[in-house]
Amino acid sequence: MSEKRVSVVATSEIKNKAKREEVYGKQKLEKAKAKRQRRKELKKEEDKNPELREARLRENIPATQENTREFDEAVIGDGDEEMAREEEEDEFAQYFNGLAPKVLITTTPNAGKSTVSYVKELLSVIPNLEYVKRGKKFELQKIIQFCKNREYTDLVVVTEDHKEPTHVTLIHLPEGPTAHFRLTRIKGGKEISGHARATSHYPELILNQFTTRLGHTIGRMFAALFPQVPEFQGRQVATFHNQRDFIFFRRHRYVFKSGKRVDLQEIGPRFTLRLRWLQKGLYDPANGEYEWMYKADLETSRRRVFL
Amino acid sequence: MNNDGIVWEVLNNQFCSFKVKTDLGNLCRHPYNVTGRCNRRDCPLANSKYATVRERGGRIYLCMKTAERAHMPAKQWEKVMLPKNFAQAIEIIDKELIYWPEWMINICKQRLTRITQYLIRMRRLKLKNKHTLVPIKKKLERREKSREIRAEAAARLDQSIEKELLERLKSKAYGDQPLNVNESVWKEILEGDAVEAESDVTTEDELEDEEEYEHEEETARGGRLAREFVADDSDANDSDDLDEDDMEDFGDMSPSDFSSAEEDDDDEEEDDDEDEDEESDMDDSDESESPKKPAAKGKRSAAPAARPKPAKRVKKHGPRVEVEYETESAARDTMLTNW
Repeated sequence: MSEKRVSVVATSEIKNKAKREEVYGKQKLEKAKAKRQRRKELKKEEDKNPELREARLRENIPATQENTREFDEAVIGDGDEEMAREEEEDEFAQYFNGLAPKVLITTTPNAGKSTVSYVKELLSVIPNLEYVKRGKKFELQKIIQFCKNREYTDLVVVTEDHKEPTHVTLIHLPEGPTAHFRLTRIKGGKEISGHARATSHYPELILNQFTTRLGHTIGRMFAALFPQVPEFQGRQVATFHNQRDFIFFRRHRYVFKSGKRVDLQEIGPRFTLRLRWLQKGLYDPANGEYEWMYKADLETSRRRVFL
Repeated sequence: MNNDGIVWEVLNNQFCSFKVKTDLGNLCRHPYNVTGRCNRRDCPLANSKYATVRERGGRIYLCMKTAERAHMPAKQWEKVMLPKNFAQAIEIIDKELIYWPEWMINICKQRLTRITQYLIRMRRLKLKNKHTLVPIKKKLERREKSREIRAEAAARLDQSIEKELLERLKSKAYGDQPLNVNESVWKEILEGDAVEAESDVTTEDELEDEEEYEHEEETARGGRLAREFVADDSDANDSDDLDEDDMEDFGDMSPSDFSSAEEDDDDEEEDDDEDEDEESDMDDSDESESPKKPAAKGKRSAAPAARPKPAKRVKKHGPRVEVEYETESAARDTMLTNW
């Protein structure tokens, strides 16, 4: 490879502005030209010898936030025995051993239109989900008690601000934990162009990239909302994808076109969750023990991820 | 020195720092005032014999002032802690204030009732969860909004979901007779497994087979492409722009094929308009091809006039989920029943 390096004059030392600009422009052009030339030659060479290209592509992996992630003790490998043992005994073990979920959803009192419509979207997503309109009479802790008495396995509360849903609290019954999420970028099924229609089949579930101990708990919480055995004939798949602590929810209908290709059609809704806190036990704002809580101090680096 | 009359004279006519003048009458801010009104009878300063009820730290005290201690301001008030039980407290008041004027006893009891009530209410409110106002941190919101968009781009959601689904299909997570997979695709997966099982090192024959298979797939796609490639009469001029390679893709299709295909398309479009509501998500017609594929091949540029129609469909239906059958019609029927 013959590389043409452009002779560079320090333009900042030229005092005449017109001249300086002229020289700078020329240098810039030449630089671009040289680069083009270099790439052309590289392409020619690699066309002749494709192995070179493969080698280059193999080596040339750009650094991303994901692959330069800071070391975290809490990250759990695939075959972590300790975690597996712990998961056999945790609050969700009962569900994973075959207990059917029974979920109640409610809002804050006097919920606005968009909050209710969000709830309705969720109703189509999660089977065995029941919506009860929130009155003013009972506090959340009372409602939790009622749900426990009626053997619900989960309680979802959608909180709103300025008549827009902003937070979701997920309470696993009867013993917790409780997770509180910030809710953003909601898009209803009908707002998505070319959306598919949902059927009442139980969807499949994909939980992507919940790597740490905390992430596993959150992932299991989501999984526990859905019936254990999906109905595959519906070809619906609900995804909770965690990327940089943002949990993206999507729902698709899929079709296997061949052994290598699968096509997706979005059903909706889509929304993003971000964990604000996780509490041990049932919801208790005054005396509850927080397992994890978002603080601005925690954000020491963008390459630090908690889920 | 401690003449009640003189004190009242001064407080009333000259100055009292506890007095609050309102339109409805004068009020008193003195903490020992039993009623809160400013008059000769209720003034705690101008009466040497006075009783009141006060609350401090959740407990209620009966406070009494007598003329005997008037010369010792520090020990002026005698405090008696009242029991928490209301009835007992009333009894204590009766006992302590025996021989006191009747109105004073009554007014102390009234104050006791009021204080007891507000203490009960305080306790009840404390048990309730208070609404706390959480500030919206604009800077955080802004930061997270942009980070969320970047994270979404980095997530490549569709690709990761597709990958996961294919992995599940290949690892037989859907069981031996999956309900969500087309029969031909499932056969392909099983065959792939068989090939892998036979030998890890692929022989030349197998390579050839694979190549053949790929070739078949390509030709099948090419065939469909050719059918999709609707040429209008008007863009006959444009066909000059076609590369020779592209022309090859048309294969042995005659011009009549093109026109008929186009007519079909037109009819279908009209039908689609009417049946849009009735149309199910799963459309089994193999005529209407997934609009993605021809666009992806990039040969569209050859026939610009023909392009708009399929493009329109893309808009209308979006990425459709549909099942293709590339076999003969009889086989297709059997598959339909199996599906």
